[in-house]
Amino acid sequence: MKATDIQNPEYFHKVVDCQYACPAHTPVPEYIRLIAAGKYSEAYMINWESNVFPGVLGRTCDRPCEPACRRGRVEEQPVAICRLKRVAADFKDDVSDRIPKGPFPKNGKRVALIGGGPASLTVARDLAPLGYEIDLFDNQQAGGGMMRSQIPSFRLPASVLDEEVGYIENMGISTHYNTHVSSLKAVLDKGYDAIFVGTGAPKGRDLPEVPGRSEVSANVYVGIQWLASVAFGHTTKIGKKVLVLGGGNTAMDCCRTARRLGGEDVKVVVRSPFSEMKASPWEIEDAQHEDIPFYNCHVPKSFVVENGQLKGMTFEIVAAVYDENGRRSLKPTGEPDVFFEADDVLIAVGQENSFPWIERDLGITFDKWDTPQLDKVTFQSSNPKVFFGGDAALGPKNVITAVAQGHQAAVSIDLFCNGASLHERPSPFTNLIHQKMGIHEWIYDSAVVEDQRYKVPHAEKKIALTDRKLEVELGFDPEVAFREAQRCLNCDVQTVFNTSRCIECDACVDVCPTTCITFTENGEEEDLRTRLNAPANDLSQDLYVSDPLKTMRVMVKDENVCLHCGLCAERCPTAAWDMQKYLYNVTKAGAIRYA
Amino acid sequence: MSFVKPKFRHPDLPLNEVGYSRADYEGVLSTLCAGCGHDSVSGAIVSACFEMNLEPHRVAKLSGIGCSSKTPAYFLSNSHGFNSVHGRMPSVATGANLANRDLMYLGISGDGDSASIGMGQFVHAIRRNLNITYILMNNGCYGLTKGQDSATADVGSVNKSGHANQFAAIDMAGLALEMGATFVARSFSGDKEQLVPLIKAAMSHPGFALIDVISPCVTFNNNPGSTKSYDYTREHIEATAAVDYVPFKEEITAAYAEGEVLDVALHDGSYIQLSKLAPNWNPFDRIGAINRVHEAKVKNEILTGLIFIDQDHPDLHQMLDTTATPLNQLPQALLIPGPEVLEAVNRAGR
Repeated sequence: MKATDIQNPEYFHKVVDCQYACPAHTPVPEYIRLIAAGKYSEAYMINWESNVFPGVLGRTCDRPCEPACRRGRVEEQPVAICRLKRVAADFKDDVSDRIPKGPFPKNGKRVALIGGGPASLTVARDLAPLGYEIDLFDNQQAGGGMMRSQIPSFRLPASVLDEEVGYIENMGISTHYNTHVSSLKAVLDKGYDAIFVGTGAPKGRDLPEVPGRSEVSANVYVGIQWLASVAFGHTTKIGKKVLVLGGGNTAMDCCRTARRLGGEDVKVVVRSPFSEMKASPWEIEDAQHEDIPFYNCHVPKSFVVENGQLKGMTFEIVAAVYDENGRRSLKPTGEPDVFFEADDVLIAVGQENSFPWIERDLGITFDKWDTPQLDKVTFQSSNPKVFFGGDAALGPKNVITAVAQGHQAAVSIDLFCNGASLHERPSPFTNLIHQKMGIHEWIYDSAVVEDQRYKVPHAEKKIALTDRKLEVELGFDPEVAFREAQRCLNCDVQTVFNTSRCIECDACVDVCPTTCITFTENGEEEDLRTRLNAPANDLSQDLYVSDPLKTMRVMVKDENVCLHCGLCAERCPTAAWDMQKYLYNVTKAGAIRYA
Repeated sequence: MSFVKPKFRHPDLPLNEVGYSRADYEGVLSTLCAGCGHDSVSGAIVSACFEMNLEPHRVAKLSGIGCSSKTPAYFLSNSHGFNSVHGRMPSVATGANLANRDLMYLGISGDGDSASIGMGQFVHAIRRNLNITYILMNNGCYGLTKGQDSATADVGSVNKSGHANQFAAIDMAGLALEMGATFVARSFSGDKEQLVPLIKAAMSHPGFALIDVISPCVTFNNNPGSTKSYDYTREHIEATAAVDYVPFKEEITAAYAEGEVLDVALHDGSYIQLSKLAPNWNPFDRIGAINRVHEAKVKNEILTGLIFIDQDHPDLHQMLDTTATPLNQLPQALLIPGPEVLEAVNRAGR
């Protein structure tokens, strides 16, 4: 193998598994260390700069970082990264003086943002301080998009959302709420320099093909619309017996909301097997905790209606069968159909993009799924002035993806408005700093604690179920937060190897708790992986290979389960190993300067 | 500075045939200097015991005084241990071995502990062919007292203070050959590929097995001019043969041209496979081995590998015709047969 090029900013970035997995690449270990140090405001600002909504995401993020967390590869549970983020938001001081406040000197460019969700708000935050005049349009009565209309208050209190949306609204942008945009052409005609579409995936799927569906108009609701109606106070009650169809996070929000609006017998009915449900495991767990049963492998067969009144639904029992390619099909088992009584049915079986308001003669190409064709890096559509982001761009994902896309769209818009090439993206900001603090001492807490993941306390169920606005998760207190933060392995503190200093004494090999390091003859990667001191079977994890040493061997380090404990560097007599903290930050529009 | 090693281990590490992981053979975190050769020797012992499927409680590790003699704390935490008086490990080991011949004895010593204060003990243990693996961590200086020349320092070797040694060096492998040792090997802490199979072979050898391991003192004797530094050792190392230890269950799969490979069967059914590097070299020839050691010294070579082996010489238990049962398992009546038996024994001698 060729010696690893650690000058490539992506090499060490990839070692920080959580940050690499995060769509917005938030520097996770950096803020976790600040939380451990009690510097909540600083931790919050690192988040805010990267993901814009730390308080929201600390409660509702899909957490792609946690399955990636290295800790989960050496013990059972990853670090509770998401809930630590919330700690930063909960315990920070007033940070308003750290956040840029408008109005800013104008640069003469005008940008329209359609939709007021996380993607649009991110674009607004990135562009407003650069002097762009921002007009944000949304048909809801307040900003936040699906964060406001679809995430129930018992998971995300309105005050948290208001605060973080407020930081952006205070940047001197013009918000036009309660404003439905029915024509993109009309917006284009207003002469904006660029238009960003962040209208989400607002169309909830219904089940028109299920017999009986057309006979009932009342008592059957599409999940996301029902949730929005609850969020804005239009719906305050539901029947005692409720069926929720679907196994995603919207279904979880529907069933738990139904429990709070009077649903006593709330059932979740899902086509797929339990193990393949799309909802996040922790949301399923929370629903189960609220006495909501799951009926898996039940396919809706008919709505049972008597005299125009919904009585319930029948379901066919199926089993998941897999062909040789692993593709799943649901085959009826032949068991008798099941009937569930229901006063109300909530359909939460998916949502789609919907662009009836975009005229098809504006130069925006739509594909066969009726979604706009985009450049996946720049988020520019075939009409160069029109950019997309969030669920509206590449289909429904999650808040953190919307934020990440918003940042990139903002970079594109800034480049576009300055006449620069959209494909010459700014390099990430990186920094690599020694952590040495005297002989065998490090600035970071290198000791690896053995604590198991700490549980977040919940509000008492009895009380929680009576008030849909009462937040269920209470968050870590500072003491538990400290202990949870200490579980972080500091993967951003890199093991940097200096070939010319190595005397090949083997001290690092002997001391490494996880047998990461091998000195051996070089070879092709496939061959090298078989010759290391410990199996290196995870191909997604890189091998760090040095230049040839004096004995013509090379140092090979499998990054997979390195604990970043610093023992290799402590036991190295010549400081050939050094622990160096790597900071990687995605560059935002206008190349914001970093501390 | 870290004093505790994290408990997490590589999740895919295999278990050996007796169900232990490599971690079960480890000790506490070393407090020796960073880069000390002794830590590599400890690592080699851990590897050897893991790979030999030894149950840790079947091993007793004994040591004297010195940096080397601290190392039993850093490996085999689940084994028996005795940190004895300076230079007196061989006699403690002799006593332990006579009392319980069922354990495997691992003696750890250094050049100060064995070549100076413990020289008398060292040679007598060899004479008696005590069944022990004697690992001598040889760095040519007294590391624990800040690097004075030891009795194994070569003439002219320069220590850290810039002083060149004037006194003749004791070659511990050569001495062991002279004293009739039945297994003599030399190795280098920085060459685990050689050291690990040698330790395994030594532990399988029924008798006194010396491994003289050049183990550089990174703090006091790793400077230019030293003949026990990492660089000097690497530049002057010569091997008698590439060593491979083959447990008895495995079949030989590697193909070698005739005359290049020599299989030395060990009494426990395993064998050492030696790929000869030097022509006409015969590991059963004591006089040849003595000559080869002297020759290497003249040529400024550090001769490593298995130098000599004689498995047929009886060990101390055989020579003394002792009971096969460890003393702690003998019934009281047999262990202390009483005054009548003593009287009979005395009478027979009159």
